Amino acid sequence: MTFDVQAIRKDFPILHHLQDGRRLAFLDSAASSQRPIQVIEAMDLLYTTSYANVHRGVYRLAERATNAFEAARSKVAAFIGAPSHDEVVFTKNATEAINLVAGSWGRANLGPGDAIVLSLLEHHANIVPWQMLAAEKGFEIRWLGLTADGQLDLTDLDRLLDGAKLLGVTAMSNVLGTLTPIRVLADAAHDRGALILVDACQSVPHQPTDVVEMGADFVAFSGHKMLGPTGIGVLWGRAELLDAMPPFLGGGGMILNVTTEGFIPDAVPAKFEAGTPPIAEAVGLAAAIGYLENIGMDAIRRHEIELTSYALRTLHERLGDSLVIHGPCEPAPRGGVLSLELLDVHAHDVSQVLDEHAVAIRPGHHCAKPLMRHLGVPATARASLYLYNDTDDVDALADALVAAREFFAP
Amino acid sequence: MAGLEDLYREIILDHYRSPRNKGSLETPPAHKTEGFNPLCGDEIVVYLVLDDNDTIVDIKIGGQGCSISQSSASMMSAAVKGKSVAEARKMMASFKAMMSIHESDIGGDGSEAEIGIGGIDASDPAELKLGDLEALRGVVKFPVRIKCATLSWNTLNQAFEELSAG
Repeated sequence: MTFDVQAIRKDFPILHHLQDGRRLAFLDSAASSQRPIQVIEAMDLLYTTSYANVHRGVYRLAERATNAFEAARSKVAAFIGAPSHDEVVFTKNATEAINLVAGSWGRANLGPGDAIVLSLLEHHANIVPWQMLAAEKGFEIRWLGLTADGQLDLTDLDRLLDGAKLLGVTAMSNVLGTLTPIRVLADAAHDRGALILVDACQSVPHQPTDVVEMGADFVAFSGHKMLGPTGIGVLWGRAELLDAMPPFLGGGGMILNVTTEGFIPDAVPAKFEAGTPPIAEAVGLAAAIGYLENIGMDAIRRHEIELTSYALRTLHERLGDSLVIHGPCEPAPRGGVLSLELLDVHAHDVSQVLDEHAVAIRPGHHCAKPLMRHLGVPATARASLYLYNDTDDVDALADALVAAREFFAP
Repeated sequence: MAGLEDLYREIILDHYRSPRNKGSLETPPAHKTEGFNPLCGDEIVVYLVLDDNDTIVDIKIGGQGCSISQSSASMMSAAVKGKSVAEARKMMASFKAMMSIHESDIGGDGSEAEIGIGGIDASDPAELKLGDLEALRGVVKFPVRIKCATLSWNTLNQAFEELSAG
């Protein structure tokens, strides 16, 4: 199947809306993607024909809802190469998935004298849960630094991992687009007896994922960045790790038995899914995965490499030295995320002018303040690309950046 | 739809390019207060020196941020320098009223609201002697930017609170 971006765009109703009569250039998918009509219809269909709570009722509606929910789990498992669908835990989002690992595995395994390693590329979602736990448990957090072009500096990796129990690292930076060598990191961590938790929020939507090939122990990602709905995320973990971990949230649906004396937790994944789960959201996520599979993750990655190359070239030609593009210079080691800095114009102001040109980007620190401090910039204007973006979007971005530069020229 | 010129008046860009009272003061005698906008990462640092009569004898502004937050801080510093804390608080109330009155008008026809809230009529020149700060009136048509404009004032308010708490 050939990759036809214009055919894909037709599936996304929101992209057809004009802003002040202009075509919208939506370049903020790294924050949250848009979703195709197929996802919206799948959720509608569940609500209008097959909705009830799951895992409880014996009536047919409840059975249909339970089947749809569990089919979604299997769909996710197959999509990421999970050996078993029981290793797929549905959460609210990737943030909750990482909090689950910190609050369950971390609380049970980390204490004074222990250490974990995080990279400077991390989103706050893979920093703050560990800092909260460290404040309580008294373990050390070590930081894996960066090279000048925004890639992980592996020089000190072995020393940092010495005595560490976990390496927490992003598969793709949400600020720089840097793709990290997960397999290399996983092998290094395992050689030192540490586990590896991969924040795959930015990578799973954009390239093929195989958790076994990655060598990962835990992988977290969100539905809403991969054409799915908000309110659902995934934690994948190796079965033996999840089995040994204590529950995270307590409540209904996660127990085998409860008495006045105490409770017995259910098996994985129910153990980690207290309360009514995101049912329609799981069905929507499964539809999103079906949509992505139909197009092909390899084809999506190829499209994004081509478009990123076009963007790097176009922005350089149109804006020259007045625009700094942070991160790797070549498209190969990066995803479709461009952190831009227009000289002498703050990212917030850039974004305001771009909005006038119907170009939607994200200004700010992107929930990665340690990285921003390392880069020495308070904020960047981030344009992020996805399967529905085309060269017209990139041209609109370049035009609007030129206009912003002129507007703020002294 | 409000145009960019409503937001970026020339006087705002002037304060952004040539900020008044930019820099830092030695602490002590100056009091230092940091303010953050967690959404965009803007930071404002207010250095304040009061005399025994609670007059603002010196003020400097540090930090970094967008044109709106930086120009607002610059204008604020120029407006309150030499004034008493009580006068500065009045200006603060007027400025925030100007911001919030228009905030209530969001979704309306975009014309400037003339109706006061809480008895303050921001269009009444007797209530508002904000000078250059009036140029920030257009910000309210861009609701997400109101926090940029009020960051410096909130930081100043925090400084006053810290100083009065001793």
